[in-house]
Amino acid sequence: MKKISKLYTALIIAFMYLPILVLIAFSFNDGKTFVWKGFTLRWYTDLFKDSLIISSLWNTLLIALLASVFATILGTMAAIGINNFKGKKRILLQNASNIEILSPDIVTGVSLMLMFSLLGVAFHFRMGFLTVLLAHITFCTPYVVLNVLPRLRHMDYSVYEAALDLGCNQWQAFRKVVIHELMPGMFTGFLMSFTFSMDDFVITYFTRGASFQTLSIQIYTMTHQRISPKINALSALMFIVVLVLMIIINLKDRKLEKREGLRV
Amino acid sequence: MSNVIVSLRDIFVQFDGEVILNHINLDIKDKEFLTILGPSGCGKTTTLRVIGGFLEPEQGEILFDGTKINGLPPHKRNVNTVFQKYSLFPHLNVFDNIAFGLKIKKVPKDEIKKRVKEMLAIVDLKGYEKRGVSKLSGGQQQRVAIARALVCNPKVLLLDEPLGALDLKLRKNMQWELKQIQQKTNTAFVYVTHDQEEALTMSDTIVVMNNGVIEQIGSPTDIYNEPVNAFVADFIGEANIINGTMIDDCRVRVLGEELECVDKGFGQNTPVDIVIRPEDIEVVKPEEAKLTGEVTEVVFKGVHYEMTVMCKGCEWIIHSTECAPVGSKIGMKVIPFNIQIMNKMFLAEKNTFYAEVISSSEEENRITVRVEDSEFDIENQFFEVGTNLTISLPPKALSIAGDGIGHIDDVYIESVIFKGEHNEIILESDEQKWLMQSDVDEQVATYVPLKFDFTQAEIRVTEGKNET
Amino acid sequence: MRLKRPSIPYIIWMAVFTMIPIVLIIYSSFTDRSGNFTLESFIKAFGYHEVFLRSLWIAFISTVICLVLAYPLGYFMSRQRKSIQNTLTMVIMIPMWMNFLLRIYAWVTLLQNGGPIDTMLSLLGIHTTLIGNQGAVILGMVYEYLPFMVLPLYTVMAKIDNRLIEAAEDLGSNRLTVMRKVVFPLSIPGIISGITMVFVPSASTFLVAQYLGGVNDIMIGDVIDRIFWSDQNTGSAIALILMVAIFIFLIILNFFGDEEAIA
Repeated sequence: MKKISKLYTALIIAFMYLPILVLIAFSFNDGKTFVWKGFTLRWYTDLFKDSLIISSLWNTLLIALLASVFATILGTMAAIGINNFKGKKRILLQNASNIEILSPDIVTGVSLMLMFSLLGVAFHFRMGFLTVLLAHITFCTPYVVLNVLPRLRHMDYSVYEAALDLGCNQWQAFRKVVIHELMPGMFTGFLMSFTFSMDDFVITYFTRGASFQTLSIQIYTMTHQRISPKINALSALMFIVVLVLMIIINLKDRKLEKREGLRV
Repeated sequence: MSNVIVSLRDIFVQFDGEVILNHINLDIKDKEFLTILGPSGCGKTTTLRVIGGFLEPEQGEILFDGTKINGLPPHKRNVNTVFQKYSLFPHLNVFDNIAFGLKIKKVPKDEIKKRVKEMLAIVDLKGYEKRGVSKLSGGQQQRVAIARALVCNPKVLLLDEPLGALDLKLRKNMQWELKQIQQKTNTAFVYVTHDQEEALTMSDTIVVMNNGVIEQIGSPTDIYNEPVNAFVADFIGEANIINGTMIDDCRVRVLGEELECVDKGFGQNTPVDIVIRPEDIEVVKPEEAKLTGEVTEVVFKGVHYEMTVMCKGCEWIIHSTECAPVGSKIGMKVIPFNIQIMNKMFLAEKNTFYAEVISSSEEENRITVRVEDSEFDIENQFFEVGTNLTISLPPKALSIAGDGIGHIDDVYIESVIFKGEHNEIILESDEQKWLMQSDVDEQVATYVPLKFDFTQAEIRVTEGKNET
Repeated sequence: MRLKRPSIPYIIWMAVFTMIPIVLIIYSSFTDRSGNFTLESFIKAFGYHEVFLRSLWIAFISTVICLVLAYPLGYFMSRQRKSIQNTLTMVIMIPMWMNFLLRIYAWVTLLQNGGPIDTMLSLLGIHTTLIGNQGAVILGMVYEYLPFMVLPLYTVMAKIDNRLIEAAEDLGSNRLTVMRKVVFPLSIPGIISGITMVFVPSASTFLVAQYLGGVNDIMIGDVIDRIFWSDQNTGSAIALILMVAIFIFLIILNFFGDEEAIA
C-alpha cells in the first residue's frame, strides 16, 4: 500500500513537471525542431537582446508591484472595516468581495473593457498602463481581504488595548502593534496578488488597449506566430525564478510557523 | 480626603438594555491595594475598563486627582492596565515590551535603559532583556506585563484577574510577589478577582460587587467579620447563614431558641439573616448550650476538623481543633459578639406580582394571563377577560424549568445562598425580584427560565382597579 | 480599530470596478448598437448553444478527471509527516505559478506532429495525430487545473485527525469503510472548493482549445473573445449567460456543502 501511494505521487508529479522539463531541455538545443542538434545558449542571448521582451518584463513587474502594494493597502483597510460590521451587512460585504474571485476571468476582462472603452470615449483616453493597473488592483484586492480577515478575527484585541494603555493613540497602536499581528495575512495576500498579477493573461488581454505589452501578452504573440525556441528559454528562466521564490517563501513560512507554534 | 486619586461618582453602564454598572460610587486612595471582588458577571471588569478609559459610562463622573476625566482616551490617562491574557506584544522581546510605553512618550534612550533595568530587577527578571516573550512561562509573561505597565510610573495600576491563568502554586507565589511589588513601587493597585482568598491576603481595601452594585467596601477584617448581608458573608470565607428573627435589640431567635447578640436597631420581630463563622462555634456538652445537634460528618483539614452538624433540620459547619465523633450529640456555643445580624436581601416572605387576564374559558376552567412580557395559562381558575389579578407565591412554589420551558424566560440569578436547609435563590426578571427556595445548586449570574407551581398560589382580584 | 470607515475606499472601488462593469454587461446584452432595448443579442447568443454546452461538458469531464486523480494524492499527502507535507505542497504549487500560456505551450510542443512524443511513437511504428482533438483539450485542462483540486482536498484532509481514522479502524472498520464513513464526509468541503476552483476557470477559459483542439473544439471563452471585438452586445449576452450559469452552478454546489465556497 505504501509503495503504491509513493508510485502514484511520483507519477502525478512527473505528469506535472515533465512538460516543463522538456521545454527547458530543448531551450539548450541548437536547432529549431525537437531533434537534438547540440548544446547552445543562443536562445538565451537572443532572448535578452529582444528589447520587446525586456520592456514587457519591466511592464509586468511594474504592474505586479504597484497592483499588489495598492491591493495590500486597500485590502487591509477593507478587512479592518469589514471586520467591524456585524451580521448580514458583513456577509453581504464579504460576498461582494468574493464575486471578483468567483466570476470567470473572461467576464471580468470583457466587462472592464466595456467600461474603460466607454470612459475612454467620454474622457478621451486610451486603454493602456493605467487601465491594466486598475484592473489588476481590482482582481488582487479580494485575495488580500480574504487573507487578512481571519488574522483580524483571531487577533487578541487586548493587545491593541494594551498599546493604547501604554500611551499610543489609535494610529500609533495600529502602526506599532496591530500591523505586526496582521503581517502574515498581508504578506500572503501581497504574494498572491503579485503572482496572480504576473501570471494574468486574460484580464490584461482585454484591458491593455492596442499597444501596452506585458510578458503574458508577449508570450501570447510569440506562441501565436511560429514556434520559437526563445520561448523555451523564457520558460526555463521563469521556472527558475518561481522555484527560487517558492523556496524562499516556504522557508519563511516555516520560520513563521515555528514562532506562532511557540506562542501560547 | 486629600489622598483620594480616583473617584467614581454615580457611574452607570448598560449594554443592549442590560445594566452592567448600576450607579457605582468608589474612591481609590493613593498607594493602596484595592481589590474588587465578585462573581463573574458582577461588573468588576467593567469598572476597571471605565477607569482605564476603554469604556465611556452612560452617566456619572470619573475624577482623577479631583479633575473630571470623562472622555479622555486611555493614552492620556495616568493609569496603566495589566490585562487578563497579559497581551504582550509578540513581535517584541522583553526589553522592547517593557520599553514600549517610554518610547511612545519619547523618553531619552539612556533613561529608558535605566528604568527598564530597574523594573526588571523589581519583577525579578534580570538578564531576560533579549528573550522573546513567547518563550517565557506564564508567570514570567505576567511579570513582564506588570513591568511594562509599571515602568510608565502610573498613579494607579489596574490589574484584571492577572493570576487567573496560572496554576495554584504559582498563583500563591505571585500573590506575595505582587504585594511586594506594590509596596516597592508605592503605586495604587486596583486588582480585580473572583477569588476571595486572593482578595483577603493581598488587599488593604476590598470592594465586594454583585450584579452591578457595590455590596460592601472595607478592610479584609471588616468584610470578614462584619459582612453587611448574606451575599457578602457567603462570598467571603465560609459561613453558616440561617434565617432568624430579631425579637428586640440584642435578642435574636434562631431555630426556636433565643440567643443573645450585640446588634441593635433592627426593630422588633424583624426577619433577619444570621451569620456565624464555622470557627466561632465552640463545641461543648449538649447541656451547656442552647443549640444542640448531632455530628454527621467529620473531615480532618490539617489545622482543624471540619464537622457537619444537624441541628433541628439545619446543616451547620464547625471548624474546631477538637474532634467529636460522628453520631455524637454536641452543644454549639457562640459568644454574642460572634453572631452577626444582617438585614434580609429580599424583604418579603412571598412573591407577589400582578397579572392581567387576556383570555379565559369557563368550561375548561382555565385562564390565560400576561405577566411582564410573558403569557401563560393557569388551570383551575376562572376570571373574566381584562381582570387584573394579584398573585402571591411562596418561595417553594418557584422552580427553574429543567426542560427549558418556563413561565417567564431569561430570569437572572442574582445570588444563591445556602441557608442550612435549602438554597435561597434571588432572581431578577425585567420588573421585579423573586425569592426561590431550592435544593438544587444553581449557577449565579446566568439566565434561566422560571416556572411557577400555581397550586400553591393565592390569587385574588386586584383592589382599586377596574373590572371590565 | 473598531471603525468601519477604513472599508469605504474598497466599497467604492468594488462599486466602480466590479458592480458598474457588471451592470454595463447587463445593459449591453439587452440593447443594440444604438442603445435601444432588444433581445436580439440573446437570440444571436443562442446560436452558440452547442459551443456553450460543449464547454460545460469539457469542463465537467476535466473536473471529474481532476477529482479522481487528486483525491488519492490529497489523501496520501495528508497522511505524511508535517515536513514532507510542506515539501509536497510546494512541489504541487510550483507549476501553478508558471505562466499559464507557457504551460499549454509545453503541451503543444510535446504533442505536435514531429514533437518528442510523436517522434517516439513513430519509432515504435505508431502513426497518429495527438493534437487537435477534444482529448488534447481535456488533457490540457487537467494539466492546468489539477493543482487547484489537489490543494483544497489536501488542506481539508490534513485537518482530519489520524486518531479519528485509527479509532474507526479500532471499531472494526476496514480501510474502505474508513474512507467511506470517515474520510469522505469530512473531506466534502475540500471537494466542493476543489470543484469550484477547477470547474469555473475551465468552463470559461479561452486559448486552451485554440492551442490544443481542432477547429471544432473551440470553447465559449474563445467565442466571447472572437465576437466581443466586433459585436459587443452579443458578446455581453454570452458573457452574462456564462456568468449566470456559473453562479447558479456555485449556488447549487453550495447547497450540498452548506456555506463552504461562496461565503
